[in-house]
Amino acid sequence: MEKFNVLQSTAVPLPIENIDTDQIIPARFLKATSREGFGENLFRDWRYDSSGQPNTQFVLNDPRFQGQVLVAGKNFGCGSSREHAAWALFDAGFKVVISSYFADIFRGNALNNGLLPLQVEDSVLERLLKQIEEDPGTELIIDLPAEQLYVPAWEQRIPFEIESYKKECLLNGYDDIDYLVSQKEAIEAFEKNRVWVY
Amino acid sequence: MGKKTLFDKVWDAHVVRTLPGGQEVFYIDKHLIHEVTSPQAFEELENRGLSLYRRNQIVATADHNVPTKDQHLPIQEPLSRFQVDRLTENCEKHGVQLYGLGHPYQGIVHVIGPELGITQPGMTIVCGDSHTSTHGAFGAIAFGIGTSQVAQVMASQCLLLSRPKRMRITVEGDLRPGVTAKDLILYIIASLGTGGATGYFVEYAGSAIRSLSMEGRMTVCNMSIEMGARGGMIAPDETTFSYLEGRPFAPQGEEWEKAVAYWQTLYSDEGAQFEVEYHFKAASVTPMITYGTNPGMGISLNATVPQKVKASEQASFEKSLQYMGFAPGESLIGKPVDYVFIGSCTNSRIEDLRLVANYVQGKKKASHVEAIVVPGSKQVEEQAKAEGLDKILAEAGFELREPGCSACLAMNEDKIPAGAYCVSTSNRNFEGRQGPGSRTLLASPLVAAVSAVEGKITDITQYLS
Repeated sequence: MEKFNVLQSTAVPLPIENIDTDQIIPARFLKATSREGFGENLFRDWRYDSSGQPNTQFVLNDPRFQGQVLVAGKNFGCGSSREHAAWALFDAGFKVVISSYFADIFRGNALNNGLLPLQVEDSVLERLLKQIEEDPGTELIIDLPAEQLYVPAWEQRIPFEIESYKKECLLNGYDDIDYLVSQKEAIEAFEKNRVWVY
Repeated sequence: MGKKTLFDKVWDAHVVRTLPGGQEVFYIDKHLIHEVTSPQAFEELENRGLSLYRRNQIVATADHNVPTKDQHLPIQEPLSRFQVDRLTENCEKHGVQLYGLGHPYQGIVHVIGPELGITQPGMTIVCGDSHTSTHGAFGAIAFGIGTSQVAQVMASQCLLLSRPKRMRITVEGDLRPGVTAKDLILYIIASLGTGGATGYFVEYAGSAIRSLSMEGRMTVCNMSIEMGARGGMIAPDETTFSYLEGRPFAPQGEEWEKAVAYWQTLYSDEGAQFEVEYHFKAASVTPMITYGTNPGMGISLNATVPQKVKASEQASFEKSLQYMGFAPGESLIGKPVDYVFIGSCTNSRIEDLRLVANYVQGKKKASHVEAIVVPGSKQVEEQAKAEGLDKILAEAGFELREPGCSACLAMNEDKIPAGAYCVSTSNRNFEGRQGPGSRTLLASPLVAAVSAVEGKITDITQYLS
């Protein structure tokens, strides 16, 4: 997994609530058996019309908005558990998604792929979306070690929370599988002493 | 010992160890896999030189991608065929039990687990599919995971998790005639909203829940994820035990007696604490339908689309109505229907097919409607045929297909065309879920069957006495 430390970037605003993983990557693109290449179909049905032409109204086709940070409406990533949604965002160059809350499975999937789900208050999200829409050049600095989102235009540091274990994983590029495999002895002991065995 | 919830009893029995930060190494009893979310996990294992830690605790089936016609022939669509073949290769190579196409146990992963008795009370069950919450109907902790976690469970039979918060939803009283478990869960989701239970594990309780069949309980738990819940569960009782007894993988003889004695301890103690509680009256629930593009956008069948919503939600609301072609404040009664889909892990069990067949017997679907019924499993299909439901459906103009996820997510050929309206017994009405541009109205099998016959959204309460 790629390490994450401090990121400075402009951002792409997507002020829609309840964006589900079917929008992030539609089911018909889930037939690949590797993790690569999902980025080109990120938000496919919002990005392109039925004939495959770019939808100029959609923010990813608007050249004013660039960057490695997606700022989206609340309850981002609801619905299907498909990790392909996190792969597609990462593959398309996003390293951070900011929202006022994330669906549980998406949050876990993002963290397992070096994509930071950064949760802020509703009021901060609203202000941030307005700021970026008014000034697409707005820079954001996401400082993971300090657990702060810095908006230079506001001269304001906004703290965010992240589980200490997950923070260590992101900073070091570790994933859970390494840790779990190292726990074999404890797991075997648990299996021998269970209250009920299925 | 303190007073414990059902959820905590099962959770605590599966904690291998707790980390200083509060995360827990959590043991998984059963791991269900399918063709879409497993290939990258097998690949990851191989890349790391790891093998399956407990292959006997994994069960595989092919469901998401499979055609629902001519399953005895090779899959036509090359990418689907490749993915299903890859599952077969991976299962053979790693020694995993696969109920693939052609096997009498094949079907939707959340239908076959329960009907084979693989799903049991007190278990922990995961699958790379959000509707894994279905298995909670048996008093199991069951939830959907991403592919990285699929690989973790393959490698260690464990996950590293933070314990979710607890929510209890109590529904008391009797459901009215014509009101099904599907209406009940659509009603609850409409009340809480599509993100209303995010961060929580839900226990459903109360007399209305206890009087549901196992099929009904599965429908309720299945859609827990549609309000953001990590999962849903129901305390096991006699209904649960009599459903499981004698199923192929259920314990037998002395083991069965021991199992039931343990399962009978799985309930929330009087006075156990939940972070959040909701109470509903079953008598308030009416037949439901959704008008928008998330499952929380549901209304009583004979109510009207809301006029407006909270300011922060207005843009999403308008986008949703524009997509659906509906106006604020209007009734859906009388709106034309183009397709009716009866199927998915929410409503494709034998009880659902019986309900549909019972209503359509002696009737015909409207000529402009295409109505397909996709059984949840080979066993459901065989049972339907044994009961003669296939003939009743055929005479009414409904096409009985072979099992799979089908038009619920339209990964196979079963797609709803752009702009067409589909009354669907599935679980998601997201934009394009049933095919690019498709417009989905979620409803119960009964509302779907009536819609197919009438050719339009119909207030079924007029048929109910």
